[in-house]
Amino acid sequence: MSTSRLTSLRLPALVAFGVGLLLAGCEAPPPETKQIGYRGLAMERVSNPRTVAALAEANQAPEVVPPGDRDGPRAAQAYQNVKVLGDLSETEFTRVMVAMTGWVAPGGVAGSDEGQGCSYCHNLNNMADESKYQYKTARRMLQMTRAINSTWTSHVGATGVTCYTCHRGNPIPQQTWFTGAGGPTQTANFAGWRDGQNFPGPKVGFASLPTDPFSALLEKAEQIRVTGLTALPTQQGEPLKTAERTHALMMQMSTGLGVNCTFCHNSRSFGEWADSPPQRASAYHGIRMVRDLNSNYLAPLGAIYPAAKLGPEGDAAKAICSTCHQGVSKPLNGAPMLSDYPELGAPRN
Amino acid sequence: MSLLSNTYYQNIFTRVQVRGPDDLGVPIEPGIYARGEKPAHSYWLGKIGDAQLGPFYLGFFGITSIACGLIAFEIIGLNMLASVNWNLKEFVRQLFWLALEPPAPKYGISPFVPLNEGGWWLMAGFFLTASVLLWWARTYNRARALGLGTHVPWAFASAIWLFLVLGFIRPLLMGSWSEAVPFGIFPHLDWTTAFSIRYGNLFYNPFHALSIVFLYGSTLLFAMHAATILAVTRYGGEREIEQIVDRGTAAERAALFWRWTMGFNATMESIHRWAWWFAILTPLTGGIGILLTGTVVDNWYLWAQHHGYAPSYPAVYPPTVDPSLLPGAVK
Repeated sequence: MSTSRLTSLRLPALVAFGVGLLLAGCEAPPPETKQIGYRGLAMERVSNPRTVAALAEANQAPEVVPPGDRDGPRAAQAYQNVKVLGDLSETEFTRVMVAMTGWVAPGGVAGSDEGQGCSYCHNLNNMADESKYQYKTARRMLQMTRAINSTWTSHVGATGVTCYTCHRGNPIPQQTWFTGAGGPTQTANFAGWRDGQNFPGPKVGFASLPTDPFSALLEKAEQIRVTGLTALPTQQGEPLKTAERTHALMMQMSTGLGVNCTFCHNSRSFGEWADSPPQRASAYHGIRMVRDLNSNYLAPLGAIYPAAKLGPEGDAAKAICSTCHQGVSKPLNGAPMLSDYPELGAPRN
Repeated sequence: MSLLSNTYYQNIFTRVQVRGPDDLGVPIEPGIYARGEKPAHSYWLGKIGDAQLGPFYLGFFGITSIACGLIAFEIIGLNMLASVNWNLKEFVRQLFWLALEPPAPKYGISPFVPLNEGGWWLMAGFFLTASVLLWWARTYNRARALGLGTHVPWAFASAIWLFLVLGFIRPLLMGSWSEAVPFGIFPHLDWTTAFSIRYGNLFYNPFHALSIVFLYGSTLLFAMHAATILAVTRYGGEREIEQIVDRGTAAERAALFWRWTMGFNATMESIHRWAWWFAILTPLTGGIGILLTGTVVDNWYLWAQHHGYAPSYPAVYPPTVDPSLLPGAVK
């Protein structure tokens, strides 16, 4: 009696186990697709309602500090050693300093004596003292922010950025990269060569693609375009390893922005501009912007950082797409950061 | 044998294990090979195939092929293990990501590549190719020894053609080992995607399309044929080879079934030619498609547009201009 009951349970149990095994790799609930192009061409936006809600929640812009009076003495006259925001009024300047404190160093770095709040960057006995590396870094970052908002409108538009776009309350933005970090380590010198890939690269969607396509493509300006430009070969084309590197960069774009390939690309030919969604042009400028930021602002700061802040190869933390985007196509869900903080736009005369 | 009641074949699983006297094969010419000892039996093998295990034949080609294959397997596996610092736990954890990578483009097709920059890959490729070719010789040789046709070796040769195009012939024509496929699970899949992107979407390569037709066609034919034979075994349909020339009720019922349902039927003979050609043509056309990529066609999408093979569709977005072509663009 009991034996036959056991036997009768065995098949359903096996079936349930098999179904469970089959579904183990699936995301729940199933991703949704939305048509964004001509029918039948797989031009779709893929998203997962569960992660979309969580990401929208995680990318809220902070409360705006009440605007300051634009009139009155300039900060350059009111304070000593103001080299970047001297064109602001005194109240505007104070407002930016207050906002920055909340954006960048509300709590300082856990377990460090680098200070928190104002003292993260400033010597509280002499606010004009330049001795802390954070002070010099912040000055350069303000120049960078103003440069982004005034010269990189091709990417940031009128939305603009503030310190919070990347920092999110952390002295060092959470999504950065170092040369060679997070990738495979070179081991025995006679075997086990990985060619910088074949490792679940955390910045390239855990693919086995090159884990650091950024040094070549987002700091240096090496070749991203790999697709043949003519039907038949006319010249030596790009090798496949270059194509893998580009593929890796695109994985960072995709995971960094929480989008699939057809957000920017034409499904029929990724290299073809004619039928590409307009977002692709924005991404083009984004790549050039990040190159500018990495090579002119972020990498050179490595010279003043303490050794503990540098990567394994002694370089400074640099930006990638996810530094600002953090999983959504519009950072901070498209909050109008520049109109909330016009002080961070182009210097006024 | 009376257990072989027809009802058993109604199930889609083989539930009957026939355990008759050992089958040592047909009589062969004396002296070419003295077959092995008494065969072994496995109940579990009997679940999926014949329970009889052996006699085996190794011979020159078998032994050399296994030796070369083992060398290639060891070179690949030990390089993967070295890449995770000889850490077995990490080896298991990262196994799907690990690979033995071909040399960088700067080495071209030089046979002298530093071991740890692709030299191991060259060596593994050499031994794997030798192993596969020797195994081919073994299938040919054994087929002849048994007085069979050489259908199996030629079908295998078609798969070898695709393998050689991917790993040897095309890299040679492109002048660079770096064009070849890495030995690894995810890495060879990422290589495939990168290959398609590099050459403007392999979807528009007509030989790729043909290969897919034959591949999917093979599965369809396989399913149709297997289902048909299983369905008519209750009438002796499993003796399909006899029924090629001596049609019985099984063949007639199967034929009528397909005429009724799709208006046409293969025969007990022709269905095997269909299956064989579909299987052969899958890697044969695929290999041609890979061989042409990069050597004579650089962008399949543009090629397909030029030949009216890729249609154009109504524009949905405002035309996007390549920003690098705009005046004053940052390159």
